[in-house]
Amino acid sequence: MTTAAVTADGRPVKAKPATMAQALGRALRDSMAEDPTVHVLGEDVGTLGGVFRITDGLAKEFGDDRCTDTPLAEAGILGAAVGMAMYGLRPVVEMQFDAFAYPAFEQLMSHVAKMRNRTGGAMPLPITVRVPYGGGIGGVEHHSDSSEAYYMATPGLHVVTPATVDDAYGLLRESIASDDPVVFLEPKRLYWSKADWSPEAPAAVEPIGRAVVRRPGRSATLITYGPSLPVCMEAAEAALAEGWDLEVVDLRSLVPFDDETVAASVRRTGRAVVVHESPGFGGPGGEIAARITERCFHHLEAPVLRVAGFDIPYPPPMLERHHLPGVDRVLDAVARLQWEADS
Amino acid sequence: MTVQELPGAAAYRPTPPPAWKPITDPAPLLPDPEPYRVLGTDAVADADPELLLRLHAELVRGRRYNAQATALTKQGRLAVYPSSTGQEACEIAAALVLEERDWLFPSYRDTLAAVARGLDPVEALTLLRGDRHTGYDPREHRIAPLCTPLATQLPHAVGLAHAARLKGDDVVALAMVGDGGTSEGDFHEALNFAAVWKAPVVFFVQNNGFAISVPLAKQTAAPSLAHKAVGYGMPGRLVDGNDAAAVHQVLSEAVARARRGEGPTLVEAVTYRMEAHTNADDATRYRVDSEVEAWKAHDPVRLLERELTERGLLDDAGIEQAKEAAERMAAALRERMNADPELTPMDLFTHVYAEQTSQLREQAAALRAELDAEQDHDEHGPEAGR
Repeated sequence: MTTAAVTADGRPVKAKPATMAQALGRALRDSMAEDPTVHVLGEDVGTLGGVFRITDGLAKEFGDDRCTDTPLAEAGILGAAVGMAMYGLRPVVEMQFDAFAYPAFEQLMSHVAKMRNRTGGAMPLPITVRVPYGGGIGGVEHHSDSSEAYYMATPGLHVVTPATVDDAYGLLRESIASDDPVVFLEPKRLYWSKADWSPEAPAAVEPIGRAVVRRPGRSATLITYGPSLPVCMEAAEAALAEGWDLEVVDLRSLVPFDDETVAASVRRTGRAVVVHESPGFGGPGGEIAARITERCFHHLEAPVLRVAGFDIPYPPPMLERHHLPGVDRVLDAVARLQWEADS
Repeated sequence: MTVQELPGAAAYRPTPPPAWKPITDPAPLLPDPEPYRVLGTDAVADADPELLLRLHAELVRGRRYNAQATALTKQGRLAVYPSSTGQEACEIAAALVLEERDWLFPSYRDTLAAVARGLDPVEALTLLRGDRHTGYDPREHRIAPLCTPLATQLPHAVGLAHAARLKGDDVVALAMVGDGGTSEGDFHEALNFAAVWKAPVVFFVQNNGFAISVPLAKQTAAPSLAHKAVGYGMPGRLVDGNDAAAVHQVLSEAVARARRGEGPTLVEAVTYRMEAHTNADDATRYRVDSEVEAWKAHDPVRLLERELTERGLLDDAGIEQAKEAAERMAAALRERMNADPELTPMDLFTHVYAEQTSQLREQAAALRAELDAEQDHDEHGPEAGR
């Protein structure tokens, strides 16, 4: 995936440090430039450029009709997007924060997720719902929820979450181009993470539905996504000192779920830990652990463990570091993978 | 013109005294003091006799359709039927005021409106038969899927009308909702969006007195549901929902207004649900027979028939002719609904996503195996395949 980037006329392009926020904004811009049916709508997305500035410049470049400040009502925004999609547009909705997306749940569950199915395929809804999610930015109450479990439990939705700058651009482009509705979860604490990246020649990435091994290893597999990927990468580096060579799998999409890549990795390593911020009870980790057990039981040297947020409402910002899975907690879980049986 | 240049969107920006803004004048937006009527009033002189006769034929057909669908439910051919008996004037008028290119957004009680718009009654009733969720292609007929979660189709109508206007298409969306639905948040959000965007939408509330069992007095403290329009900056119209000519006229005016680019209208039609909420409901638990009887004297079919016969536009033979046509429709519907629908279990997995996920492929294979085993068992007995 790290082939040298070139421009359309074949000249090499120098990649420069870019943030995930910039890559997301560029993905919106390029999608709108390429396809006149792409419309962005949400709260403060126009003149202000969004509270995270992801939509900065879109209203100026494409006009208020293409990037629209809506009234402050999430069900209305998503409901209107449904009607726009019914008429052939390709709306991209911005929910301002994870917890502010909840008023739109009925539209999402009863209509967005079901329209293709309930019309026998006659009326798919190509809607992308962008949701900044997760904690770690010192947000006060209602600004740091991990809401992915609700979405992944709803058949009909794709649930996509990037963890790298390349993926932020590539997965958002693909989400907008998809004829299925996508809940696009943006890890807000990675908005300002940087990587070398070229807007003129963004790197091609694996398609939605494919997990990617971010770090190959032999001892155990860390399975994660979005905001917890950097945590797992750091843990894997630290684990070398303990003699563990950890493989890190970035899921990139919870739906579709890449059973193949996950199972292949766990069969190789024989041990697995799932890491996410979302509360553990009823969270994605339980589903993932069950799928691994169903597929890899005879390869497992230890039970699949989970490192997750506590089963509590998201804590106040001064306490969030105790809640969020960190490197130490990941390493503690790795230590509990019954290594003594090997010796 | 961009959204933000629209006069409605730009008009209201608070300013300090002494030059206060806003300065309010709700009067132009307020509904008539009484539901507007045409039949039996001077206004009927302006009504087109051809239209009245068309409305009559459709009302008779609609009444028969409701009776037939109710009968089919009793025979087990429909899982459930929310009847619009008594509300036929609203259902028919909503369908007839639209051009072919316009869109109708019906609720679950509005299959008759869809049929009056030209949809095959079997396709309209498919949801309620229960072999699939939507029996027709919404884009082909420009009829949104029958909507069960209350008022959630209203924002769709707004978005669709907005999209059409952005594309420069002359398309109006008419969205139907009941009195109970006006309490939902989506009703509020849809009206607000439509007014801000000046979307070409008509919100058509059939106030039939009840949300299942809950009477209007427990639903709202507003003087009328049409009054709610004022708060959104759109006109509210109040109309006798059993007067087909009046409903047709008021909806036509609202559609024309939307088409002219003047924005949305909220229309409240005062009517009455003559049957229970559905066949599964027992209306005697929450309303008295005398109330139902009083409404029978204001029946939409009788009102129109009286007007037409008094004016010599319709005679007994004409009435008989309308009834016979309705009977033919009912007989054909009965016959077709008495055939068992073909069930396609494997389609359960076909339209969840554009492309099946690996998980759905696995589950589809599992169901396929179950179905094959069932068939094997049916054909060869319990020892088959062992």
